[in-house]
Order: sequence, then C-alpha cells, then structure tokens
Amino acid sequence: MHPFAFSRVSTVTAALNAGARDGRYVAGGTTLVDLMRETVERPAHVVDINGLPYKDITVTRQGLHVGSLVRMSELAAHPEVRATYPVLSQALELSASAQLRNMASIGGNIMQRPRCPYFRDVHSACNRRDPGSGCDALRGDNRMQAILGTSTHCVATHPSDLAVALVALDAVIQVRGLDGTRSIPVQDFFLRPGDTPQSEHSLRPGELITSLTVPTGAHTRRSGYLKVRDRQSYEFALASAAVALDIRGGVVRGARVAVGGVGTVPWRLPRVEEALVGKRPGRRTWTDAAALAADGAVPLSENAFKVKLVERTVRRQLMTIGGQ
Amino acid sequence: MSETFDEATTLKRRTFVAASTAAAGLPLLTSDRLPTSTTTPAPADRLSTVRLTVNGEQRTAQVDNRTSLLDLLREHLDLPGTKKGCDQGACGACTVLVDDRRVNACLTLAVMHQGARVTTIEGLARGEQLHPLQQAFIDHDGLQCGYCTPGQVMSGVACIAEGHTGSREEIREWMSGNLCRCGAYTNIVSAIEQTAKEA
Repeated sequence: MHPFAFSRVSTVTAALNAGARDGRYVAGGTTLVDLMRETVERPAHVVDINGLPYKDITVTRQGLHVGSLVRMSELAAHPEVRATYPVLSQALELSASAQLRNMASIGGNIMQRPRCPYFRDVHSACNRRDPGSGCDALRGDNRMQAILGTSTHCVATHPSDLAVALVALDAVIQVRGLDGTRSIPVQDFFLRPGDTPQSEHSLRPGELITSLTVPTGAHTRRSGYLKVRDRQSYEFALASAAVALDIRGGVVRGARVAVGGVGTVPWRLPRVEEALVGKRPGRRTWTDAAALAADGAVPLSENAFKVKLVERTVRRQLMTIGGQ
Repeated sequence: MSETFDEATTLKRRTFVAASTAAAGLPLLTSDRLPTSTTTPAPADRLSTVRLTVNGEQRTAQVDNRTSLLDLLREHLDLPGTKKGCDQGACGACTVLVDDRRVNACLTLAVMHQGARVTTIEGLARGEQLHPLQQAFIDHDGLQCGYCTPGQVMSGVACIAEGHTGSREEIREWMSGNLCRCGAYTNIVSAIEQTAKEA
C-alpha cells in the first residue's frame, strides 16, 4: 500500500473541499482498502466521510429514500424495504458476507470497481486501470467476464447486485458537488466501457453521492432477485436477474427486468419487458420473453455458457415472481 | 480448468510481490497514467493517533495510516487472537465486533475507528469462564486446526445476536463469510444452533 494522508470530515463543505483537492472518499472501505493494498488504487489523501449525515432510510407513498452512508445490512433488514421492495433486500443479502454487508455503504456499493483479475493485478494489461495498455482478459481467463455491453477495450462485469435491482426499479442517484446538487437516473450513471473503459460512471471529480431514491409502484411489492453462482453463498454472480412485475386482472401490466453478472454495467432488458406486457402470466409467456435475455450477446472464449445461463436465470425468476 | 487455476495462482503470486515491494517503499514499475494521484504525502501526514476501547479497555496507538484494524490489534495492542487469513476480506478469520457489529478487521483502516468499541476473541470470556459459544465449540468439536476458530466464534456470536439461527440452513448462509479449511462446518453449525437455543 502506498502512503497516504488521512482526514475525517464532519461537514459536507469540508468533504467537498477535500474532494476538490483530489481527496478520495472512503465510507465502508471494503473495495478501496483492498485495492489500495494491491496498489491498484493509490490515493494520496483518503477522506473519511462517515461523519456526514447521509444515514437515513425513509419510505413514503412516493417511494424509498436512502442515504448513501446507510450500510448494506441496514437497508436489507429494514422492515418496510423487505415488504415493499423485496428485490432490494434480496439483492443485498445475496451480496458478499454478513461482515462485509455491515461495513459496506450503499453509495460505495454502486461505486465498487470491477472484480476482473487483470484489473486487480498491476502487472497485467488493463485498459481500465492503465488506459491504452491492452486487455489481458480478452484472450485470458474470461469465464466470469461480460457478454453484453463489452468493447474491444474491456469486458469486465459490474459486480454490484444492488445496482442491478436499482436499474430494474428506475432508481435515481442524488449527488452533491461544490457547484450544487443534481440527480442522475441510475440507468445513466453507469457507463459502458466503449473506448474509454477508465470512465465507469458519470460522477464528476469531487462529487459526492448523497442519497438514492426508488419510486414505488404496483410492481415493487411483486419483485425479487435470483443469483446464480459457482457456489451457494458468498460469491459473485455468473448470472443474476432482478424482476418486478405488475400483474392485475390476469394480465402483466408492467414488467421490469435487469440482469447482472453478464453486462459491463447493470443490464436492463427492455425487449424482455416488452414481450411480457399485455400477456397472461404463465410458462409460455415467461419462456418466450426470457428467450430475448441475451439479445446482442458477444461471448468470449470461456463464457459462451452465460448466453443460455442468463436466459434460464431470467425465465426461472419470472416463474418465481409471476407464478407458473 | 487446471489452466485457469494455474493462471489465477500466478496472478496472485505476482500481486503478492507487488504488494511486498510497495510495503518496502521501493518504486513500482507501473505506468504513471494511473487515474488516482500518486503524490506522496509528507511523513508527518502519514501517521495518526487512534484511541478506541478494546475489550472494555481504553487503548491508544500511533499508527501509519495504512494500518488495518487487524494489524492494530495484533501488532500494536498485542492481541494476536484475531487471525490474519487472506488479508482481503475473503475468509473471515479476522472477524471482530465493532460497536457490536461483526466486520472483517483486515478490510478496514484502524484510523477509521476513532472512539469505536471493539470486541475480539480475547474479550469474550469472563475470567476463566468461557463464553457459551466458546464452550459449545469445545462440546461439539467445532475446532480442528483452530486457525479459523476465533473468527468463527466472533461471527457466530453476532449471528446469534442478529437472530439468524432459525435453521441449520440459515446458520450456514449467515456464517458463509467464515471459511474453514479443515471442514469443521457441521460441528460449528451445531455449536451455534445449541448456543442460540440456550440463549
């Protein structure tokens, strides 16, 4: 780990001033400390923002409001979140371990960096870590890598389960900078690698995530998250599906579907959603819609299995949420 | 699959060399185009004083900012009961309670815990009387080589307090952040199950 200066801030202004001077924000630190130890991240100044007031969870008739410093375990266990937004609780509790969920913040969760082994090894070529150096994953160990939204510069998946659920539910991220506040729809927050894989999100330098909001609707109660992985627990997704359905009068009125473990960003599936709306719930509807899940996939040498896996993951979760 | 495994092993070894080099303060052979600032802070700015309560005692230490909570406990406060396994949050051997919540001590900086209340495995027993879960680990032979045991016990204490002991399956899920190479899992689950019932 490289040496760094450390400071703790208790006001938003102090945090933003430190951020404007290249200070790196830390909340839970579960990603940052790990990457600093591997020398992938080398901040000269780490700014502890845990003294800031972004720690509230509020559920109103309009929706859910979550401060960025709320811990993953707290949001998951919140009784109203469990009842009204089960997809969020499930995505969170299928993430990492109890210890890590107690540390990791909601803001940090969506800011976490790729788990690609080449990104994390400073002696490998990685365009995300070192733009222009190449991508060792393209012809290397790419079993875990993405099949959707990739480019010739990067194929790393976004590792957050929560973000997949947030994309499905059209969450909005509130940020604050020295120039004021702004809101970013989560769909626009995450950036596909294209030819600038080092740009992972639309946060500007020094900006701070303060909260996120999730609109409520008939679909949020009938929602859930399925995560398929190499082992039962404590592992990243090979494929995952966040599904939220509004079913009334024997017809699917609204459908929200997003997948994880397969995209370079949390991946919404509009074609699957279109294939569901207006249909009667049932095996045929779920199967036909899920067949569109891997639309546009570009598999690599070792991850072609994900094409079928993501389709089956979506179908199974449609059956679980929508009934057979 | 063996090819993949070999590759991963090689990567890990290289990463280890890189980390060791950095720790020794030698220059790194990486590009200067890294996205984060690489300015080195002045020596005085690299140190902080940490005051916290560990197992009921007020403790103070001056540490390099890079010091993890785990290294603070083991190297500065002479509490080696908490074990260093992977040092990257993957094994749970370093689990301690911070303000009653279980965390991985390796993945958090000591300087982030000013004023915190930390409980380690050394703080569970009351004199000669073991914590009920420690006794249950002995009763159920939940410790084989014993290396993962302190982290398992701390995590188990939290798992019981959180109420995630409704079934053996639930215990397994909520203990999945703690790995055991000997495979004492069945007995560990039994120890937690029994202690939860008696609590």
